[in-house]
Amino acid sequence: MLDKDGIAKRIAQELKDGYYVNLGIGIPTLVANYIPRGMNVVLQSENGLLGIGPFPYEGDEDPDLINAGKQTITTVTGSAFFDSAYSFGMIRSGKVDLTVLGAMEVNERGDISNWKIPGKMVKGMGGAMDLVASAKNIIVAMQHVNKSGESKLLPECTLPITGRKCVKRIVTELAVLDVTPQGFRLIERAPGISVEHIRKSTLGKLVVEGDIPEMKLD
Amino acid sequence: MNKVVKDADEAIRGIEDGMTLMLGGFGLCGIPENSIGALVRKKVKGLTCISNNAGVDDFGIGLMLKQRQVKKMISSYVGENAEFERQLLSGELEVELIPQGTLATRCMASGYGMPVIYTPAGVGTEVAEGKETRVFKGKEYLMEYAFDPDFAIVKAWKGDTHGNLIFRATARNFNPMMAMAGKITIAEVEHLVPAGDLDPDQIHTPGIFVHRIFQGKNYENRIEQRTTRKKTA
Repeated sequence: MLDKDGIAKRIAQELKDGYYVNLGIGIPTLVANYIPRGMNVVLQSENGLLGIGPFPYEGDEDPDLINAGKQTITTVTGSAFFDSAYSFGMIRSGKVDLTVLGAMEVNERGDISNWKIPGKMVKGMGGAMDLVASAKNIIVAMQHVNKSGESKLLPECTLPITGRKCVKRIVTELAVLDVTPQGFRLIERAPGISVEHIRKSTLGKLVVEGDIPEMKLD
Repeated sequence: MNKVVKDADEAIRGIEDGMTLMLGGFGLCGIPENSIGALVRKKVKGLTCISNNAGVDDFGIGLMLKQRQVKKMISSYVGENAEFERQLLSGELEVELIPQGTLATRCMASGYGMPVIYTPAGVGTEVAEGKETRVFKGKEYLMEYAFDPDFAIVKAWKGDTHGNLIFRATARNFNPMMAMAGKITIAEVEHLVPAGDLDPDQIHTPGIFVHRIFQGKNYENRIEQRTTRKKTA
């Protein structure tokens, strides 16, 4: 079973040289730590920065320089600042190659719920609805089951929807799955995890064809 | 062309109970601290505030919430404020949550003189309820209206006496499009300089959009999430 960093490491394998990538809050943010050496990937922060650098050294924090999670950050060589309309222009017009975000639920058709739990958490959607409505390629990073052990890969989402038919691939602590017209197609297993374990943890329709390879994480 | 006013209290002259205000900033980054302070002192009430976030309990718009000056918030994310949550759950405060890009682009439309925008954000979700949709090239879009704020209040890094503005780093965020959207736009700046001191090529917001500008003071520029790394020896 993968930990959060394991999930991030596996998602990092989806990156390609020259990609512009938007990473959501939580596990997706960790993907930045596993960008393969020598690969050029530019991270977009929807509050107005292309080229997110690492956290600043203690004492170098700049209140005017934050990421979408409101954390202090730095720039990198070639960074650019812009306003919020520009930022969502990039997103809406499909300039961002890959979006990685967390989810509470995903259904068989690639609908995603991640912004609201009625009566419990009403914080708002931030940029998530814009991202899922326009991104060319959306990978969800999440736990396969919730804290009560219930599957988060469902036939139908039970929580309010963030976007419809948008998720392409899901990476969890157990597996890599693609959203296909037939259902969740199992692509890879986490090291030591059986197909049966994944089947039991997936409430939505699971498609298993042939031998399912284990993820290769070094 | 001189837009300079003495201070925040003079700048917010004419803001009255029940008005709609736009306030720039993302989180606590690039918020008009001085003007918010003046609104708190003036105790205007029943305000509708359009701002990406609602501040924290003891800073930013949170200070206005504490005094119950806000009737309605229009924001994309309001997660960092306990008093906000209390007022929301008790029904004292009305909240309209809208996608961040929709918020930015509705502000932009206001400033560009366009009545509506079409965006795919929120299609098929509760955000779309009761809204007109149209299909362009096979994809569904929601029609969203431009805002019509009485005042827009922004914070810039530098400004000149003609109201030309330059923002800094990610403190730019919503400020430029909100500056364009106000019937009256107030800009507070960290550095106010004479017209001619700013390079025309570097100006983000031309002064035509700014009606009042003042030199801000005692900027706290508070950091919401201080994250750092250690220097490796």
